[in-house]
Amino acid sequence: MNRMILTLARHELRRLFLSPLAWTILAVVQLIMAWMFLSHLDYYLAVQSRLMGMEGEHGVTASVVAPLFGNSAIVLLLVVPLISMRLFTEERRNKTLALLFSAPLSMTEIVLGKYLGLLSFLWLQLLLIVLMPLSLLAGGGLDFGLLAAGVLGLALLLAGFAAVGLFMSTLTQHQTVAAVATFGALLLFWILDWAGEGVGGGVLAYLSLLNHYEPFLRGVFDTRDAVYHLLFITVFLALSVRRLDMDRLGG
Amino acid sequence: MNQTLLQVEGLTRFYGPLQAVKSMSFEVRQGEVLGFLGPNGAGKTTTMQMLTGNLAPSAGSVTVAGHDLLEDPRAAKAAVGYLPEQPPVYRELSVDEYLDYCAALNRIERSKRRAAREAAKEKCGLTQVGRRLIGNLSKGYQQRVGIAQAIIHLPPVIILDEPTAGLDPIQIREIRHLIRDLGRDHSVILSTHILPEVQSVCTRVQIINKGELVLSDSIEGLAQRMQSSMLTVRFRQAPDRDTLDRLPGVTKSETRDDGSWRLYHDPATDPAEALVTLSVERGWGLTALIPQQASLEDIFVELTTEETAPAEAKA
Repeated sequence: MNRMILTLARHELRRLFLSPLAWTILAVVQLIMAWMFLSHLDYYLAVQSRLMGMEGEHGVTASVVAPLFGNSAIVLLLVVPLISMRLFTEERRNKTLALLFSAPLSMTEIVLGKYLGLLSFLWLQLLLIVLMPLSLLAGGGLDFGLLAAGVLGLALLLAGFAAVGLFMSTLTQHQTVAAVATFGALLLFWILDWAGEGVGGGVLAYLSLLNHYEPFLRGVFDTRDAVYHLLFITVFLALSVRRLDMDRLGG
Repeated sequence: MNQTLLQVEGLTRFYGPLQAVKSMSFEVRQGEVLGFLGPNGAGKTTTMQMLTGNLAPSAGSVTVAGHDLLEDPRAAKAAVGYLPEQPPVYRELSVDEYLDYCAALNRIERSKRRAAREAAKEKCGLTQVGRRLIGNLSKGYQQRVGIAQAIIHLPPVIILDEPTAGLDPIQIREIRHLIRDLGRDHSVILSTHILPEVQSVCTRVQIINKGELVLSDSIEGLAQRMQSSMLTVRFRQAPDRDTLDRLPGVTKSETRDDGSWRLYHDPATDPAEALVTLSVERGWGLTALIPQQASLEDIFVELTTEETAPAEAKA
């Protein structure tokens, strides 16, 4: 990969960890996810004997890991805006954007560098979450296929969240505005499938993030879902590049 | 040796209907320190942003060290170092961390970054503060970090937007000294609205008003322009205007409300001596003879104020 993008990403990640925000978010999310994980596990252990006799998939992976990932998505939907909001808003406010604009970098490199920095942070968070189900290996086996599908799904979902967050941060100078806009956009994409059977219902449901995440949790890997996520990411990154170019062109 | 490093042609910028920069053209050669002078809101910053690729021009072209900024931005930007009005520093990084990052952004190879960083620190007097956080440094030091950032990749062209704004007099002196030193190896463009600054560091001056270049001259040319000035004289018994006009070198004379005269003259021939001799011979009773030099301030005010400037000043 391009060396400049890596330089930017490393810088972004380092600055994230220089602020208490990143550590706080990692800690708080981990705490909440641990609580959820343990309660899922507790419930599973309580009903395990009854599940044995039932039809279908009721292993520990399906009963504990899948819901854990489902909940993680919601929690991270709340958290991503908080961490993505400062990406470009802060640079703009502190007038450090000029440093990037006058360096021999293309706008795409700037956007991808920042994006990769944020994504590394979110994937680190994902890794911490995945460690919890992996700890079950100490006492039994896991359905690795199902686990891998879930991890892939959540990784793609986070990449989409990050792209939306990055785009929103290019729009404004105010971190809170970027955070609220990101949260609003993500939530809207999440619940798009609530649109009933009316006009465009099918299209809206198809655009919903949830509908393309849920199959991964069931262990179904459909390239169409993966492509949806990749398109989603590309669109928002392209919009960010355009928006930053407008900074130079507009007035 | 004296090649043109920066060439600007027909540079124009609109903000909506407002034309902030009007078809500006100029050149900067190697080893020049060009002072960009103008009142607030004249378009200095806009121009500098366009020269560094932070703002796209509405029309016109910028060529840096042979690379067109619009067609080959990467090569052109590599040849420019830019210090914006507010130094673009990250307060939570140390000076060393920050400069390493800037070196990397400017595509300096990893093995050479340390040397580049140390050289820039040396030039800007930052060797003592390398490990301190930028946020904890004084404004003057932050400004120096900003300059170090602009010169770390040894660009042929350095563009500084009001480098001494907000500094105390001692810091201002130090920064000016630094700029003069930089002018030896690089071409420097600096903007300011402080007039003595231009006289003390620049080799060439451009005055810009309402987006237009109203004057572009070398410091020597400017000094000459300032000399080509006038005498203020006062007589007890004034002679008629024709006699004064016929004095050697006098180009124009005028009376003032307080009864004194102003004699505009050619810089080459000073009529003072002839005037004194004649005054004694004819008993005009010369009571005052004050040679007057236009200051840079006079020229500046003349060129940038609303009232139409006298024609000869524009020549």
